[in-house]
Amino acid sequence: MNAALREALTPARRPCGSLSVRVMGELCVLRCSGALWLPAHGALVAGDLHLEKGSAYAARGQLLPPYDSRATLDRLEAEIAELKPERVVLLGDSFHDSRSVGRMAADDRTRLDRLALGRDWIWLEGNHDREALTAADGDAVSGLPGRVVGDLRLGALFLTHEPMPEAEDGEVAGHLHPCARVVAHARMVRRPCFVTDGRRLLLPAFGAFTGGLNVKDAAIAGLFTEPPMAAALGKDRVHALAWNGLV
Amino acid sequence: MTPPAARLPPLFADWFVSRGWSPRRHQLEMIAAAQNGSHALLVAPTGGGKTLAGFLPSLIDLAERGPRPPHGPGSGIHTIYVSPLKALTTDVERNLMTPIREIGLNIHVESRTGDTKQSKKQRQREFPPDILLTTPEQLALFCAWGGARAYFADLKCIVLDEVHAIWSGKRGDLLNLGLARLQSFSPGLRRVALSATIDDPDLIAQWLAPGLPSPLAGEGGGRSPTDEGSHHPVDLAEPAQNSEGQSDPSSVSLREPPSPARGEGIVIVKGDPGAVPIIDVLVSEGRVPWAGHTGQHAIPEVYEAIQRSGLTLVFVNTRWQCEFVFQQLWAINDENLPIGLHHGSLAAEQRRKVEAAMARGELRAVVCTSTLDLGIDWGDVDLVIQMAAPKGSSRLVQRIGRANHRLDEPSRALMVPASRFELLECQAAKEAVAENAFDWEPHHIGTLDTLAQHIMGVACSEPFDLGALHAEVTSCSPYRGLSYEAFEEVVDLVATGGYALRTYDRFARIVRTPEGRWTVRNAMIAQRHRMNVGAIVAAGTLNVKVASRRGGASKQLIGGRKVGEAEEWYFEQLTPGDTFVFAGQVWAFQGINGMDALVTHATDRDPKIPSWGGSQFPLGTSLAARVRAMVQDRDHWRVLPVDVQEWLELQAARSMIPDADSLLIETFPRGSRHFMVAYPFEGRLAHSTLCMLLTRRLDRLGVGPLGFVVTDYAFAIWSIKPMDGLDWDALFQPDMLGDDLEAWLEESFMMKRTFRNCALVSGLIERRQPGAEKTGRQVTFSTDLIYDVLRRHQPDHLLLRTARSDAASGLLDVARLGQLLSRIAGHIRHAPLERASPFCVPVLVMIGRERVGGDAADMILEASAQDLIDEVMEDAHPRPGGAELMGAA
Repeated sequence: MNAALREALTPARRPCGSLSVRVMGELCVLRCSGALWLPAHGALVAGDLHLEKGSAYAARGQLLPPYDSRATLDRLEAEIAELKPERVVLLGDSFHDSRSVGRMAADDRTRLDRLALGRDWIWLEGNHDREALTAADGDAVSGLPGRVVGDLRLGALFLTHEPMPEAEDGEVAGHLHPCARVVAHARMVRRPCFVTDGRRLLLPAFGAFTGGLNVKDAAIAGLFTEPPMAAALGKDRVHALAWNGLV
Repeated sequence: MTPPAARLPPLFADWFVSRGWSPRRHQLEMIAAAQNGSHALLVAPTGGGKTLAGFLPSLIDLAERGPRPPHGPGSGIHTIYVSPLKALTTDVERNLMTPIREIGLNIHVESRTGDTKQSKKQRQREFPPDILLTTPEQLALFCAWGGARAYFADLKCIVLDEVHAIWSGKRGDLLNLGLARLQSFSPGLRRVALSATIDDPDLIAQWLAPGLPSPLAGEGGGRSPTDEGSHHPVDLAEPAQNSEGQSDPSSVSLREPPSPARGEGIVIVKGDPGAVPIIDVLVSEGRVPWAGHTGQHAIPEVYEAIQRSGLTLVFVNTRWQCEFVFQQLWAINDENLPIGLHHGSLAAEQRRKVEAAMARGELRAVVCTSTLDLGIDWGDVDLVIQMAAPKGSSRLVQRIGRANHRLDEPSRALMVPASRFELLECQAAKEAVAENAFDWEPHHIGTLDTLAQHIMGVACSEPFDLGALHAEVTSCSPYRGLSYEAFEEVVDLVATGGYALRTYDRFARIVRTPEGRWTVRNAMIAQRHRMNVGAIVAAGTLNVKVASRRGGASKQLIGGRKVGEAEEWYFEQLTPGDTFVFAGQVWAFQGINGMDALVTHATDRDPKIPSWGGSQFPLGTSLAARVRAMVQDRDHWRVLPVDVQEWLELQAARSMIPDADSLLIETFPRGSRHFMVAYPFEGRLAHSTLCMLLTRRLDRLGVGPLGFVVTDYAFAIWSIKPMDGLDWDALFQPDMLGDDLEAWLEESFMMKRTFRNCALVSGLIERRQPGAEKTGRQVTFSTDLIYDVLRRHQPDHLLLRTARSDAASGLLDVARLGQLLSRIAGHIRHAPLERASPFCVPVLVMIGRERVGGDAADMILEASAQDLIDEVMEDAHPRPGGAELMGAA
């Protein structure tokens, strides 16, 4: 285990069930909701909301429940109410496709405006929503609140949508929807998770209808030169899991 | 009713004579029913020429028809035969060709299943055969064809084989809806069903009966031009006494003479019962083991029985048990007897090979599961061995029937109980068969997810009128009570998903035409529906393939030869390197690659991962009642082996023997825990549900329940604190089936799985899409998310309600639990004991073999977190394996 990871794990558990780690020295609170709280920057970070994924499927003939956006916003609202962040950073793929914004129910749109009110609301571009965010006229973001950026630097951290294999230290990214699997007592448990080696941090997908990719998959494992830690989302706490205990 | 004398044409009479046969009574009665234009249900044991009885009327009709016009009226399919198994259609085709060839009839028979080549299917659309052999799933597809109405306009008869295996479930619902559709295409259609011996044939007759108010009124789709030449049902001979009784078209009386014009009335034909079977219970060396589920102790005697007999079928209850017994038999097969293996997970070619070898008489024994329960004979079976208890008397009779190659000779069967309670069950089953007492089926109400699939199919076939389709649907007995409002709700589910939030109206899958009819939105949606038709949602299965290493630098394992298929959950428990038995061999698991489980040959003889040992069927209700009665009746004990009698005596001395209507509860300390063991004899499903609910109550009482284990006969719950002083009547209050059940169900894994099935059957979620096969894994994951979101935002959604009632009637056996709770109310006998009783041994030894139940997921994560702490602690010394581990990922 490297020094960074060992340091990352030192102040482990918070009363609310969150797990605190340090990534390049920055205090990162891994929340049970799957969001990341950066106290030093007053920033709440959430990855891969995939809003309107349900209606995207419906448009193609699979009538998934139209409640995924409000379920996701419910959880985001709860985090904002508890942490009162100065800024909210959405780590890309906030919308499932280019027409998502138009399909949103009116009250979901209103709620988004209300949540963004009085804080720095930042959309990072992702591969799914680059068009959705810039569709209108460049910066107007099709009437959405907040601003759109490609990536963002906060202290020692570099926030971006898609992790890069040769990234600089401090990269915080989403995109991959990491999931951890453990088997015990002849039963398998599979949960969304954070992944970190103390140098970079991957966030789980925050959206209600988002699936996951096993952290053992080469697309995730290949990003790390040494075994990272997976922090899986439990019911009311985040569980730190050893890499070699995962299947 | 006495049937009029049947008219057997000389051509057919001569054929019977040439074979040295004479037509059986039930065959003649089936012909008579056909000549009267009646629907008919034949109930007969296996081996009585049942399938031929079903086909004879069609063969006669076709023989008298003369040459078939190549096009236009009268050129369509005459008879559809539906079998629950794909494999059966092939065998029936072969057997049907014998009389056709030998009589020299010009009748064109073809089969159509999921395996049929696309080119052949296409040809069948253009040139329909006279007789089409197919499955219920294909029938559902027919209903979704464009032009189905014209294609089936000439249909005279539909024969449903092995109907007892289909009728009372979702497949039965879909089949019944399909029947109504075909009946509307061809109002004169005659329905014929063939069933094994059942307790109450009236139930199936009611299921089969069309309740059409007036089939000739049509439902607005318009008769096709090909209809004109076809016979109207009133043209057929109709008994004269039958002209009244038309005043109330909605009620169906089975006692009345049939009225084909109204599509009512079913003639029930009963086959001769055949000789009484000789059933023995094998007691190995005079001893019956206390506990167990495999019957391993008796393998040498089973082998001897095989040595002494001709072809022997060895029935077991699960696939894994099948593999186990097969291995055990080969381990002592000194004579190298040809012993085969047959179960549903094996690759189809492998199964066909075994069946062909059986038919050629090359095998001495086949170890098999219920895959060989159904169907025609694959050879002259001499002896049937039932390993472990049969769980139901009907199933036992069906299996014994496989040895019934001549109706007048008794078939021989040997039951091998694996434990003492199973011995009681085997004895009860033997007595039930002797008394012709069969299991009964619970009343079944048509499921709405299945109806949704059917409505979508109809919309893909032709535009439909809401009122007319409602009338057609309620003509099906499972849906007779479906109100118009409930029907509209299902149509809305099909159209827009049935959501309170009306944002999907513009994405509707079915839309209204200018004339106010409903039709599929576009061809792409219709195509996707047709790819997803069917009522059986199998657990996600993986192909088991022999792994080979891809050349080049990647060294990645890829799948080679396919050995068979098995459930995904089984492989999820394995880690690479684990060994297990499959298809009669020991394999090492290497990993999962997409839809393939990769395995390599293993050298060890003993697999590391034991198989799951439960039986897939819970103990049937009538057998359970018999076992309870036997336990309390001391006179009855005399028929039992001596050691079992001693065991019962010991139980009476150390604890007590419960009456048939009371529930015995024993409590005692053991180790650092306290135990409660009860003996309801109501089957594993009802016991599991009861334990789930009891542990919730015990938790509230502060007893600290730690776990539970169930068998078909008993259950045990253990806790931190003693349970001696509990108010038993309060604990077992039937009100647990209210809020407690609801609260537990909502969170349970089982509910999510049930919801997934409903979502797939209803078409809300599609398993197959053009160009991409979704794996079972992906479907499981996304439907869990959908379930959570839907439950929170629209808890009364139609599919959630459907899933709840499915769970209650199926996996949870709530109805049976309800009966149990009311049976024992005020009749609970508590025996506080110092130590474990003789009765509780079989259930106590199960502890530790069961999977973690309940909401243990977080505990597993918690335990795994300890691993990390250990890893951190040992990290004083750098771990060299780290980088290598990464490379393997």
